[in-house]
Amino acid sequence: MKLVTAIIKPFKLDDVREALSEIGVQGVTVTEVKGFGRQKGHTELYRGAEYVVDFLPKVKVEVAIGDNLLDQVIESITKAANTGKIGDGKIFVTELLQAIRIRTGETGEEAV
Amino acid sequence: MESNIFHLQYAIDTFYFLMCGALVMWMAAGFAMLESGLVRAKNTTEILTKNVALYAIACTMYLVCGYAIMYDGTLLLSGIEQTDAVAVLGDFASREDGFEGGAIYSSAADFFFQVVFVATAMSIVSGAVAERMKLWAFLAFAVVMTGVIYPLEGSWTWGGKDVFGLYNLGDLGFSDFAGSGIVHLAGAAAALAGVLLLGARKGKYGPKGEIRAIPGSNLPLAALGTFILWMGWFGFNGGSVLKLGDIASANSVAMVFLNTNAAAAGGAIAALTTGRLLFGKADLTMLLNGAIAGLVVITAEPSTPSALIATLWGGLGGVAVVFSVIFLDKLRIDDPVGAISAHGVCGFLGLILVPITNGDASFSGQLIGAATIFGWVFLASLLVWGIIKAVMGVRVSEQEEYEGVDLAECGMEAYPEFVTGK
Repeated sequence: MKLVTAIIKPFKLDDVREALSEIGVQGVTVTEVKGFGRQKGHTELYRGAEYVVDFLPKVKVEVAIGDNLLDQVIESITKAANTGKIGDGKIFVTELLQAIRIRTGETGEEAV
Repeated sequence: MESNIFHLQYAIDTFYFLMCGALVMWMAAGFAMLESGLVRAKNTTEILTKNVALYAIACTMYLVCGYAIMYDGTLLLSGIEQTDAVAVLGDFASREDGFEGGAIYSSAADFFFQVVFVATAMSIVSGAVAERMKLWAFLAFAVVMTGVIYPLEGSWTWGGKDVFGLYNLGDLGFSDFAGSGIVHLAGAAAALAGVLLLGARKGKYGPKGEIRAIPGSNLPLAALGTFILWMGWFGFNGGSVLKLGDIASANSVAMVFLNTNAAAAGGAIAALTTGRLLFGKADLTMLLNGAIAGLVVITAEPSTPSALIATLWGGLGGVAVVFSVIFLDKLRIDDPVGAISAHGVCGFLGLILVPITNGDASFSGQLIGAATIFGWVFLASLLVWGIIKAVMGVRVSEQEEYEGVDLAECGMEAYPEFVTGK
């Protein structure tokens, strides 16, 4: 099983979520985050004092999936979240050691 | 001895105008809180900037030329500070309608009471165009609306002048006590013109006709704003009695406060109930819109209805505003705070109900008045918005809309996180 973590632009969340549900991914966790990659922030003025807006709002999307869906999930997220402009985000894939459905106690592939 | 009583009557009527004007000014805070609560966090700083700035612009433009256009005053209010107590006492003593006639009060107090109404009309526009309009385009429009468009329309109504020399609304039986039409319908007309040229927020309406919710970021502020407006409205309607200093006037003022309050309550209950029936749960934002709707409806005639009728009239507004909000969305007219529904639809409703309790008004007069107000303000606004759009554009770019107008227009977030100095 894999845990796919995608950092995307906030307004792309609906598109990504729809794309995932189209390929059969049923569960998603979403967090509001701030961050930057190579997309630089900019400076602003607050009452005459300069400050740096480095951390830009993003959304972190996490899905736990079986290995068989990995390539499709990566492709779906990439297509849905892509705007072609800097700051589109990144996808990270980590190995998921175990998953348990709390209500029924199912484990492994049946739990994702 | 008698001249001392005239002094007192002058003073109390002047004081009354000033206090009511201060209450109406307080409505500006109400609008600011209501609107900032109903927009997203990333657009909060900008809407607050709009609200404070438009109030200042309204006060200044009305001072420069608006008051002169509306009431034949002098440009830049020159001479308004002059007082001649002897002449005033002479007016009191010599007139036939005596102590219980129309109020005699300070000219400066008259301006102060009038100017806050201009600001109210203008601030109706800011909610409807929120989250995607350029700040400076809005402020440019505010200059023209408060300096010319509203004052001209006001001159044909409260100012008593003929409409472009063609007809006289007062003679035709038009009656609008505190401004359901003159202020609220007018503001909504300007807002509608702006919204039509602006377009909806990105993502509000889907390609297959879906209407997507864009929830407000701070409902406590929205609720606070509504209560502030409710309280300020006592000045809005109460002050429009135009006199306090005799028994009949004082009773009229008391009835106006009572009815204003009753109508807000009726509107709130009606909207809450309507929302519950339509949506299955209690919608706070509709409840808030309902109270405002009730207030707008009774504004046209708060003194003649009985308390029960006032409650019912408010209730009609509360039902109307819920359906209007849904209907406007179906037409894909995006109004983030329901301003066009609460002030436009309910402003018109308020005008139409007047002849039922006020025999001096006629339905035809009300319709002609509503059409005149709406027609002039809508078309003049469309022209001005159109010019602004052609010259500088009215809408922020797509990228700016996604990032939020706080950063794009103000360079300042309302709820900053992770800010580091240089």
